Amino acid sequence: MGKNHPNVDPYIVSRVRALESLLLEKGILAPDAVDRVIQRYEADTGPMTGARAVAKAWTDPGYRRLLLEDPKAALGQLGLDYEMLMVVENTEAVHNLVVCTLCSCYPWPVLGLPPTWYKMPAYRSRAVSEPRTILREMGLAVPAEREIRVWDSSAEMRYMVLPRRPAGTEGLSEAELVPLITRDALIGVAEPGASAS
Amino acid sequence: MDGVHDLGGMQGFGPVEREENEPTFHAAWEAVVLAMQHAGRFGLLYNIDEFRHGIERMAPAHYLRATYYEKWLEGITRVLLEKGVVSEEDLTARRAFFERQPDAPATAPLASPPPPRGAGPRVSLTDFIRETGATPRFAPGDAVVTREMHPHGHTRLPRYARGKRGVIHCCHGIHVFPDSNAHGQGEQPQPLYSVRFDARELWGESAEPNQTVHIDLWESYLLPGR
Repeated sequence: MGKNHPNVDPYIVSRVRALESLLLEKGILAPDAVDRVIQRYEADTGPMTGARAVAKAWTDPGYRRLLLEDPKAALGQLGLDYEMLMVVENTEAVHNLVVCTLCSCYPWPVLGLPPTWYKMPAYRSRAVSEPRTILREMGLAVPAEREIRVWDSSAEMRYMVLPRRPAGTEGLSEAELVPLITRDALIGVAEPGASAS
Repeated sequence: MDGVHDLGGMQGFGPVEREENEPTFHAAWEAVVLAMQHAGRFGLLYNIDEFRHGIERMAPAHYLRATYYEKWLEGITRVLLEKGVVSEEDLTARRAFFERQPDAPATAPLASPPPPRGAGPRVSLTDFIRETGATPRFAPGDAVVTREMHPHGHTRLPRYARGKRGVIHCCHGIHVFPDSNAHGQGEQPQPLYSVRFDARELWGESAEPNQTVHIDLWESYLLPGR
């Protein structure tokens, strides 16, 4: 349990329960709504759709082009209807990093629920002003000659990084590549297959 | 508003702390808050901009102390109170009930079972583009400068990017304008651009080398640059 989680604070619990109770009474909150939320997100919290899209892009140049130029069509091929995503490509010259400084905007449909660190002030404040430093602190050294391109998700567009395919994975199939593609790599704070979280 | 939520470039928050094997929810009530947010948004009780502005108006010290879902609870509660969906009196009475009976289920104070759920409208929560036919004023490659402004209401022009020179990267189409939509002034859709800023423009001599920031900004935030 993280230190930032006063998860059993009785003050909060009573306030949640009070509002929940009123919304149930008014028919605004369905009696099974909470159970459905738990089922949905406990079963589907990972970056699975994003990882599948990247693995496909690594193995299929046509799909890679589509993912970068028309993400809606590319995601549609994976059964996801989502038109607000921009996919930004890491190259030898550019490393991309995604943040939301004003709240915690995050591409839920492709990456699942955001990790807590993404929502905390340390990341939100520093990602735009000292990205090279926080990436180094998080275990990712970006060479000085590589531009760091930060995407501050200030509107309703959402961003996902298309990481570079790791060396030595040439023989792997699309399905074998998927597990290498971590959430952190799709945010831009890690390289694929090397994430600590 | 120049609130505490506008964190870009602030200092003093320390290192990013990752949590190993983070659970989906850290406590049962977090899922309740998420469910209430879904109910409020899918039920069209408030829009995303009203919700965000509800969070922004938290007391600054509370905002920094609160977890993500506690902020959501604050935002949801505030907008539902302001819109009269729930009353302060009812909420206070229910809080008192659950403070006395912390283990009681949410249905405990209900006089009768909850009413059956209506069908409700089918809503997309990612529907922010409006095909108004408006012609974007700026084209990719155009130099722009962001307005130096400090509105008391909601805005999505971060403080660190005001009065700064940038270059249009692309236009995302015509999008609902948060600054009006958060205040019951309608969607007033306008072109939304991805604008590229050199880190030196944003942070001066403190900038890290070889860095840019792209920010999504509405047309009325921007003036022609040189």
